[in-house]
Amino acid sequence: MYQYDEFDHALVQDRVTQFRRQVERRLAGELTEDQFRPLRLMNGLYLQLHAYMLRVAIPYGTLDSRQMRKLAYIARRYDKGYGHFTTRQNLQYNWPKLEETPDILAELAEVEMHAIQTSGNCIRNVTSDQYAGAAEGEIEDPRIWCEIIRQWSTLHPEFSFLPRKFKIAVTGSEHDRAAVKVHDIGLIMRRDGSGQAGFEVIVGGGLGRTPFIGKTIRGFLPKEHLLSYLEAILRVYNQLGRRDNKFKARIKVTVHETGAEEFTRLVDEEWAAMGDTAPKLPKQEVDRIARYFEPPAFRALPKAAPASEARAKSDPGFAAWVRHNVSPHKISGYAIANISLKPVGKPPGDATAEQMDAVADLADGFSFGEIRVTHAQNLVLPHVERESLPVLYDGLVAAGLAASNIGLLSDIIACPGLDYCALANARSIPIAERITERFADRDRLELIGEMQIKISGCINACGHHHVGHIGILGVDRKGEEHYQVQIGGSATEDAALGRILGRGFSADEVVDVVEKIVDTYLERRTQGESFIETYRRIGQDPFKERVYGTA
Amino acid sequence: MALLESRADGPALIDDRYLRLDETAPIPAEGAVLVSLVRFHAERAALLARKAPLGVWLASNEKPVAVADDLERLALVALDFPVFSDGRAFSSARLLRERYGYKGELRAIGDVLCEQLPFMLRSGFDSFDMKSPKALEEFRAVVGEVRVVYQPTGDGRPTAIDRRLGRR
Amino acid sequence: MDQVVIANRLSDGVVVFLAAAPGSARGEWMLRLEDASVARDDARAQEILALGLASARDRNEVIDPYLIDVEQTPSGLRPTRYRELIRAFGPTVRQDLGKQAGSGEV
Repeated sequence: MYQYDEFDHALVQDRVTQFRRQVERRLAGELTEDQFRPLRLMNGLYLQLHAYMLRVAIPYGTLDSRQMRKLAYIARRYDKGYGHFTTRQNLQYNWPKLEETPDILAELAEVEMHAIQTSGNCIRNVTSDQYAGAAEGEIEDPRIWCEIIRQWSTLHPEFSFLPRKFKIAVTGSEHDRAAVKVHDIGLIMRRDGSGQAGFEVIVGGGLGRTPFIGKTIRGFLPKEHLLSYLEAILRVYNQLGRRDNKFKARIKVTVHETGAEEFTRLVDEEWAAMGDTAPKLPKQEVDRIARYFEPPAFRALPKAAPASEARAKSDPGFAAWVRHNVSPHKISGYAIANISLKPVGKPPGDATAEQMDAVADLADGFSFGEIRVTHAQNLVLPHVERESLPVLYDGLVAAGLAASNIGLLSDIIACPGLDYCALANARSIPIAERITERFADRDRLELIGEMQIKISGCINACGHHHVGHIGILGVDRKGEEHYQVQIGGSATEDAALGRILGRGFSADEVVDVVEKIVDTYLERRTQGESFIETYRRIGQDPFKERVYGTA
Repeated sequence: MALLESRADGPALIDDRYLRLDETAPIPAEGAVLVSLVRFHAERAALLARKAPLGVWLASNEKPVAVADDLERLALVALDFPVFSDGRAFSSARLLRERYGYKGELRAIGDVLCEQLPFMLRSGFDSFDMKSPKALEEFRAVVGEVRVVYQPTGDGRPTAIDRRLGRR
Repeated sequence: MDQVVIANRLSDGVVVFLAAAPGSARGEWMLRLEDASVARDDARAQEILALGLASARDRNEVIDPYLIDVEQTPSGLRPTRYRELIRAFGPTVRQDLGKQAGSGEV
């Protein structure tokens, strides 16, 4: 993975010094809250219901064991012993003190981490495929390009006061594990006719109040033009994006109101006019960064893993874990191991400091020290020898991290909701907990198979409910928590927005509703059909009838 | 209100020599004046006929292309920040400098936050209508605080990539 | 409707409540809701709000003070709105965290 050179270090350290000065000014009253707010947001520091919240950037969801141990240390020393992994592959601390935040940032800088631009109306963390560099079928490791975009977008003088936040996601694989089609800019690596690698550029995706699937504005952009083309898009957005209405300020609205064709024309016109002023991407620099993403020293291993297979035969718990949490690796004898942060009855995506340390140790032992964060709020050890899976599993069991439910119904995505977030209208975590408790039975989970439930506590949709197979949105109805249910969404390459079933439900009713949807699916599915496939075949009505009893 | 000018030898507080005219005030025969874009278009001939410096200010929703052809005749272009969070003027500034080749004074007016000065300087601004009495102090504290830049702008400052390649 | 003033402390973000005897020049910020001054009429509500705003504006002690409705319940003074209840006590999903976990200390 990428390692800072002297310039990267200098920027992050200066930024810490700068923020320390800004905090001192604020505490001394030289900056009002209105003046300070955009500054602290640009360093990822929010004010939430109970306390501040610090959002640490984990660039493209990749970190190493040393960084994970630092995150654990910060949780212990400066917070309440835990952190929350988010749907943008970042980590949130829920209880930092403003006066200690410069110290926290200094600790992070020691291990090449920061909280720069994880909030505010600027370009946010670039997210990516959690299996980058490990799964089959990748054109190139997209994280090379994520790192290039990260540097270009950091403290960009022209784009630090955009109409609204700006989120970019990159995938190197046809199978989109990064939800690129619901990002402000989504990039899919492609090959052109001559085999050259480049990007399909998708603009204007997004969830929230007005969800949109992004539009392809350029089918193939050669790699060397990436930064100049992004700069053209951002410039058009900076100039055209609405400033009068916060709810219409994202680029998805700009594209919608301008029309995709006209928007594309404006971008292409700007791009053509840029000439010499465009940011350049010298091959030397690309090669320099690419070297950091070269594969680790994989051993030459046979495909077969007899010890692992023997263990699976004798230990159904291990077998289930392999079945759900382990994915194929492109190198013979290796595997991708997912670590679920979705235990039954607990907040999705949370990890204690002890668990973070355990993951760091296991990464050192089994994955070349490398760890990934997924947008589904789970972790990944990307390069594990198959024969090491049993020992890894035992380590995860000891750390309380062996929930075998990746992609299953209990692998729920949920935002922090009204338990933490100042923007929320309803709680989301208790709904997730109750659903996982209702569906705790292993066999039933396996019977149901792939099912993505996503829960948001407000219309901002940080829980991605629009693209859940079952999406749940919490609203405030006359002071009571109330939940709207939609079905049929999808976050992958066949991205789709879910459709609302009908009138909403109370917190008590909503778990029953999920059960009815699941029962309908189980009754109606044909052999081997997943939930989303059944839904697409039979449509909304059978589910609606079952839930509202109108059949 | 302090007018802060950024010069090669450092920042200086100066008196604003421009008289800002509203839409109806009579245009004086002499002296530097600053008018809105609307007024400039409406009374272009009269304004350009004067032998005194002329400045035009653009609202945040007015595009720099509107003055692109007249830049050689303008001593001052001012770009308004109605609120500091309205960052359109950063793009306008860069276009004026880098695309249209503007060489005169480029001023930030309106809600100018000192924390934005580094971004403004890099985008091509060289004078700032600051509200704070401590503008000079703030400039010195803020500018140069972050020693490395990743992106090229018209200021010609070497980026991290430039320095990496130079190092080799 | 009974009201108290709630805010977040600037230095650490902790939720605090205003206490001030009628006619005081300034208020004090308390960690526990039960120590807050409860306004029973509009005039008193405006008085405590003004003290809260002055504390934010003039002394930078807190951020964003505002009035919330409260009521007496068998368990003590409680905000009527769910959101403010969570603020006053802590996240419902972690009973071991926030003010609910120990006599108002954080």
